Amino acid sequence: MATPNIPLWEVFIRSRNGLAHKHVGSLHSTDATLALQAARDIYTRRGEGLSIWVVPSSAITASDPSEKGMMFEPAESKIYRHPTFYDVPDEVGHM
Amino acid sequence: MYTQALNSSEGEDRNVEDAARAAQFQARIDAEERIEPNDWMPAAYRKTLTRQISQHAHSEIVGMLPEGNWITRAPSLRRKAALLAKVQDECGHGLYLYAAAETLGTSREELVDLMLAGKAKYSSIFNYPTLTWADIGTIGWLVDGAAIMNQIPLCRCSYGPYARAMIRVCKEESFHQRQGFEIMLTLCRGTDEQKAMAQDALNRWWWPVLMMFGPPDQASQHSDTSTKWKIKRFSNDELRQKFVDATVPQAQYLGLTIPDPGMKQNEAGNWEYSAIDWEEFKQVLAGNGPCNRDRLAARRKAHEDGAWVREAAMAYAEKRRQRSALQAAE
Repeated sequence: MATPNIPLWEVFIRSRNGLAHKHVGSLHSTDATLALQAARDIYTRRGEGLSIWVVPSSAITASDPSEKGMMFEPAESKIYRHPTFYDVPDEVGHM
Repeated sequence: MYTQALNSSEGEDRNVEDAARAAQFQARIDAEERIEPNDWMPAAYRKTLTRQISQHAHSEIVGMLPEGNWITRAPSLRRKAALLAKVQDECGHGLYLYAAAETLGTSREELVDLMLAGKAKYSSIFNYPTLTWADIGTIGWLVDGAAIMNQIPLCRCSYGPYARAMIRVCKEESFHQRQGFEIMLTLCRGTDEQKAMAQDALNRWWWPVLMMFGPPDQASQHSDTSTKWKIKRFSNDELRQKFVDATVPQAQYLGLTIPDPGMKQNEAGNWEYSAIDWEEFKQVLAGNGPCNRDRLAARRKAHEDGAWVREAAMAYAEKRRQRSALQAAE
């Protein structure tokens, strides 16, 4: 008999206060409580975190990599958004 | 964590695909770009990786069995705690790897079912028995040592999720090797009987460990595509030689003799080992090793015994969903 599929969750961990939660991987769980416990066992066996988020993978909306040109190109051509675009004479010092 | 050269690939699927996309894909690989799950990839790349990563995951899970055999009989609480932690790590490694394999589009359940049906391979090394406590030391020292040799280059594999999983695994693996070496050192500094036990374990594990790196380069016809796709970065023989050169001085330090009377150091400083019995390797991979049937039977039993837990958890989640839907409707 085939094993039934158990929902997939994405795991995010804050390694210490002051840092953002970071994606560390995924796991299978039937509900949120078990997902949190499994995340602790799988991803924090060596004190890797102070806080865990688990999110159903199906709740994530992702951009399409094949459309990354359309998505991100407009930012690439606007070099005037970066400080190095502007000339400030050396005499002025650090700005 | 253990991998061996299970990374064979099939080239024939590629013909049907858009040559231009394939060329673009290869250009990305050549530029050392990482490939991520939703990126376009040739079907053969997906298939090769799904097989390699899932077999790697199966190896971790089956690899818990020979060591789990000694948890209740570890000689001290310290050794027991360490072994328990190590076996837990192997389970974790299996789970990271199943998660990485799933990003390629095959569910963990399907992959596990293939293994339970005997249709997927796992590392040949786990089909050998752990007869004494010294085997636990030898596994940590040599089996994990060989696995590290194999896995470090995989941290730079072209497929992002696999590479990231391997970075995590390699960090944890180092404890495994050191705890194994410590067990060996303690035995070698102990009574004559303890030292003899260590030597006996080395005698039995040495050749199977060398086989973990896979067939010799001239016999491994599938390596080319894996190398081109930067899944594999060193050949089987290169990694095997690196492992032997690193291990010989460690054995000397322990005062143990490598069971290869023909072994000698060449002018370049490399240790040349005698011919490996590839027929034994073939037999073990074909299912005729000393423990193949036991291992699969143990995995099937664990899976079947856990079925009610999976069912109960699913039923509970469903009940909660229905209850909250009712409450929302009120």
